[in-house]
Amino acid sequence: MAASSSRSPSSLSKDRVLDFVARSWAYIFLALMVIFFSITGRGFFSLANFANVLVTSTMVALMAIGQTYVVITAGIDLSIGWTVGLASVICARVMRDAVNGGTDVGLAMLMGVGLALLVSIIPGIINGILIARIKVPPFIATLGMFGIVRGAAFLLTDGQQIIGNLPANLQESLRSIGSGSLLWYVPTQGLFVLSRPTELPPEISRGVAALLPYPVIITAIVVLIFAFVLGRTRFGRHTYAIGGNQDAAVRSGINIKKHLTLIYVLAAFTAGIAGVLHTFRFTAGAPNAAEAALLQSVAAVVIGGTNLFGGEGKISGAVIGALIINVLSNGLVILNINPLWQFVVVGVVIIVAVLVNQAQAALERLRTNV
Amino acid sequence: MSDILLQCAGVCKFFGGLTALDHVDFEVSRGEVVALLGDNGAGKSTLIKCISGVYKPDRGHITFNQTEITNHSPSEIRDRGIETIYQDLALAENLDVGANVFLGKERTRKFMGIFSVTDDETMRKEATKVLDRLDIHIPSLKQKLVNLSGGQRQAVAIARALYWNAQLVIMDEPTAALGVPEQRKVLTLVRTLRDQGVPVILISHTMQDVMEVADRIVVMRRGRVVANVMRAESTVDSIVKHIVGASEMA
Repeated sequence: MAASSSRSPSSLSKDRVLDFVARSWAYIFLALMVIFFSITGRGFFSLANFANVLVTSTMVALMAIGQTYVVITAGIDLSIGWTVGLASVICARVMRDAVNGGTDVGLAMLMGVGLALLVSIIPGIINGILIARIKVPPFIATLGMFGIVRGAAFLLTDGQQIIGNLPANLQESLRSIGSGSLLWYVPTQGLFVLSRPTELPPEISRGVAALLPYPVIITAIVVLIFAFVLGRTRFGRHTYAIGGNQDAAVRSGINIKKHLTLIYVLAAFTAGIAGVLHTFRFTAGAPNAAEAALLQSVAAVVIGGTNLFGGEGKISGAVIGALIINVLSNGLVILNINPLWQFVVVGVVIIVAVLVNQAQAALERLRTNV
Repeated sequence: MSDILLQCAGVCKFFGGLTALDHVDFEVSRGEVVALLGDNGAGKSTLIKCISGVYKPDRGHITFNQTEITNHSPSEIRDRGIETIYQDLALAENLDVGANVFLGKERTRKFMGIFSVTDDETMRKEATKVLDRLDIHIPSLKQKLVNLSGGQRQAVAIARALYWNAQLVIMDEPTAALGVPEQRKVLTLVRTLRDQGVPVILISHTMQDVMEVADRIVVMRRGRVVANVMRAESTVDSIVKHIVGASEMA
C-alpha cells in the first residue's frame, strides 16, 4: 500500500478509472457495440433482433460455461464442440426412431433428451480420467477425444450431415420448445403468454418478438447454477485452488483427481445441453452443430477475462464473451458486411482481450505492491 | 531443557547403498528454535522428511509428545501437530488470505436454508485473529496473495499451520527468496512462534539468520550429527568448520 499512498489524490482517482475500465471493458465494449450497430444497422435495434441474438448466443454461452471451469483449472477441452454434435444427433435419432416405432411424442422427447445428456457425459468421464489420473495433458487428451466423438457422431448419422425427416407431430412439439417463448410481443396487439397468435398479417408478423425464449431461459438457469457453484461453494473454491496451485490443493487434502474428472464431466454436460437445444431449435440433429462454436467458446472464455493459465475466471465473463461474439456477427450481417470478416474481428477482439487482462493484472500489482 | 517435544533416536535411512541418515539422534524441546545446518546432501532434508512422514526410517524411533510416530503417514503427523512449511509455501496465490488458511477445510454456512456456501466472512475474521497473534497486519484481507509481499505470504503459511494447531513448525529455507527487510520480518515471526511456545526447526544456509534466531544449532554432515551446540556458546567460524568437516581433520 505504500506505493499508492505516496501518490497524489488525482493520480489515484485516475488509477481507479483505469482500473474500472480494465475490469469491465468487456461490458463497455458490448454496450458500445450495441450502440454502434443500433445507429448504423437498419433493423438491429429491435426486440425481435435482440431476442434472435440471445437465442443464437445460447450455444456458445452453454459451451463457454463448462469451458470456464476447465480453463480455471488450467486445462482446456477441445472436444466439447463434437460433444454438442453427438448429443444433438442422439437426441434427434432416438426421438425419431421412438416416434416412428409408435412411442408417444412426449415420452420419445424425454427419452431423446435423457439419452443424449447421459451419453454426452461419457467423453467427459474419459477426458477426466485421462487428464486427472493418467496425467495426459488436457490439450492432447481432448484433442484425441475431439476425433473420437466426431467419428462417433458421424457414425450415428451414417455419414450424413443431418438427422432429419422427423415425423411432423414430433417437429411440431420440438418447435414449441426450441422456438417457443414464455412471453411474446406482437406489435399493435401487446403481450401474449406462452403462445403467439397465428394468422397475422405479414407486416405485423415480422415484428413479433419472443421476449423470453425457452432456450434463453434454460441457458439462464444453467448460467445461474454454474455461477453460484463456482462463486459461492467449496466446489468452486477448490476449482480456483487447483488452477492457482495444484500442489497446494493436493497438500490441503483436496481430492483433485475426483475434482478434475468432475469438471470435464460438467464441461461435457453443458455441451450436451447445447446439443439437445440445437435439435429442438432446428428440429434436426447435426453432428457438426458446434464445429465453429468450439473456438468461439474458448474465445468467449478469454474475452470474459478467464486466465488461460488457470486460477482466474468468471461465468458472467463467459456469457458476456458469448454475447460479444454473437452481437458482432449479427451486426456485421445486418450491415451487409461479408460475414467472413467476423472471423477477423473476433480474432482481433480475443487478442485485445488478452492484452487488456494482462494490463489489468499489471495495474493491480502496481497499485497494491509494497 | 528437559521438556522434550520431539525426539529422534538412532534414526537410519538408506537409499540403496547410500546411507542418508546414520544413527541420527535429534531432539526439540518446547520453546526453542533449533537450526539444522549442513552442506547439500548432508541429510537435513532426509531427516525432515522422516519427521514429517514422507520417508519411513529404516531404523530408529521418532516420538512426538511421548507418542511413537515413526511409521505414521504425513497426514497423520500433520494432524498430530507437526507442520512443515516448504520453500514454495504451498499457497494458492489466486485466493485471499482466509481462503488459504482454510483451504480444503472451508467453513460453510447455509444460503437460503438449503445451499451450503463458503463462509468467507468468518474465514477472514478467523484468519485475522491468527495473523494478529503473529503480529502481522495485512491491509486488506480480500487481497489475493499474489499481491502480497514474500514475507506476508510466509506469514499466511505460518498462520495456516498455527490455525490448525501446529505444535512444531518446520521451516525449510524460509528466507531464501526474500529481500532483506522481508527476511527480518520472517525471523521476527520465528521468534514470535517460539515465544508462544511453538518450537521451530529452521533449515537454513544463511549463517546470519541462524546466529540471529536459533537457540541451538545442530550440524549434519554425511548423514550424521556432527555438532549439537547452544548458539550462545558458538561462533560462525566454529559452525562453518563443522559444516565443511574441518573440525574432524584438526
